[in-house]
Amino acid sequence: MSLTLRDAINRLLGRQPASASTAKQRLQLVLAHDRSDLNPELLQQMRREILEVVSRYVELDLDEGDVSLATEDRVTALVANLPIKRARDVVLPAPAAGA
Amino acid sequence: MAAETRYILICSGKGGVGKTTLTANLGIALAKQGVRTAVLDADFGLRNLDLLLGLENRIVYTAQEVLAQTCRLEQALVKHKQQPNLALLPAGNPRMLEWLTPDDMKTIAAMLGDLFDVVLIDCPAGIEDGFKNAVAAAREAIVITTPEVSAVRDADRVIGLLNTEGISPIQLVLNRVRPKMMANQEMLAVSDVTDILALPLLGLVVEDEQVIVSTNRGEPLTLNGANSPAAQAYTNVARRLRGDDVPIVDPSQERQGLRAKISRLMNTKIF
Ligand SMILES: Nc1ncnc2c1ncn2[C@@H]1O[C@H](COP(=O)(O)OP(=O)(O)OP(=O)(O)O)[C@@H](O)[C@H]1O
Ligand SMILES: [Mg+2]
Repeated sequence: MSLTLRDAINRLLGRQPASASTAKQRLQLVLAHDRSDLNPELLQQMRREILEVVSRYVELDLDEGDVSLATEDRVTALVANLPIKRARDVVLPAPAAGA
Repeated sequence: MAAETRYILICSGKGGVGKTTLTANLGIALAKQGVRTAVLDADFGLRNLDLLLGLENRIVYTAQEVLAQTCRLEQALVKHKQQPNLALLPAGNPRMLEWLTPDDMKTIAAMLGDLFDVVLIDCPAGIEDGFKNAVAAAREAIVITTPEVSAVRDADRVIGLLNTEGISPIQLVLNRVRPKMMANQEMLAVSDVTDILALPLLGLVVEDEQVIVSTNRGEPLTLNGANSPAAQAYTNVARRLRGDDVPIVDPSQERQGLRAKISRLMNTKIF
C-alpha cells in the first residue's frame, strides 16, 4: 500500500481518490484472481475452512478478519489477516499412535 | 546467411492498442539502422500491416502460396522501396486460419531466418488460434499496452501465456501515454504498469496525432526523419532492442513550470 500527498489531501477533504490509485488497486485485486485461476466458489470454501481451523485455537474478530489473494512480481499469495480477540484454552491432543 | 536471427513477437491481448503501428515503425527504424528486417503479418483475419507500410498495392503472393509451394519466398516478400533492408511477408486470406498450424509458422520463420537478422511478428488480438500460431514463430516478445485497466489486464494474461511457452526475454512498451493526465494521477503511472506486469520497460510512446497522419499516408513516422515525440520513441525502441543504452524519459516527470512542480509534490509518497 502506498499513499501520496494527493491521496491524503483528497481523503481529508472527503474527496474521491485520484482515479489512478483506484485503477491500480482494482487491477491488483483482479490480477490476483486471474493469475491464481482459482474459482471464486473454491476460494470461498477455502476461506471458510481456514477460519474454522483457526477458530478452534483462538477466538477471532470475524468482522475484521479477511482471507484474500494478493499478487506481487507475478507471484500470487493467499493472505490471511485474522485479528485475535483471545486465545482459547485448547488441550493439546495426544500425539496419534505410531505418528 | 544470418548468424542468429531474432524472432520477436509483438502482442498485446487487447485489440487496438498499437501492435501494428509499433511493428511498422520498428521495422522501418531497424532497417534504417542497417538491420535486415522482415515484418511478418500474423494477423490473417484482419491484415493491416501492408496498409501502414504503404505496401498494399504491391502484394502479389502471400505466406499462403509460399507454404503451398506455388511460389518462392523471395517472390512473396515485398521490399520497401525507400528502405530496402525491410521486407513484408503478407498474411494469406482469412480462410487460411482454418488450416494454418503452429508448424506452418515455424516453417515460414525458418525460411525467413536465411535472409534476415530480425523478424518482427505482428500478432492478432486475443489469445486464440491466431495468437498461438504467431507465438510458434517467436523466441522473444514485446508486449505493448496502454495505461488503462482493461489493456493492462489483458497484457497480464498474455504474459502468463508467453511465460508458459518459454518466450524470453519479454519486454514492455507503454503506448498512448498522456503526460498531463499521468502527472495529475488520472492515468496509471509508468511505474504502476511496470510494477504490476513485472516486465522491463523497452519504451514509452506518448499519444501523438502524427501517428494518425502517418497512417493516412502509409508512411511510418520513422521513415522520413519526422521529429514528433512518437517518432523519436519508436526510433529509441529500435536502438534499445539492438542493445544501445538509451535512457527512458518519463514525460509526466518532464514538464516544467509551477503547476508541474506542485503536481509532482502531490505525487510524492508519504506512506
Ligand atoms: N501513440 C499513439 N498516438 C495516437 N494514436 C495511436 C498511437 N498508437 C496507436 N494509435 C492509433 O490506435 C489505433 C490502433 O492502432 P493499431 O492498429 O496499431 O493497433 P493494433 O494493436 O494493431 O490493433 P488490432 O488489435 O486491431 O490489430 C490506430 O488508429 C492508431 O493510429
Ligand atoms: Mg494490428
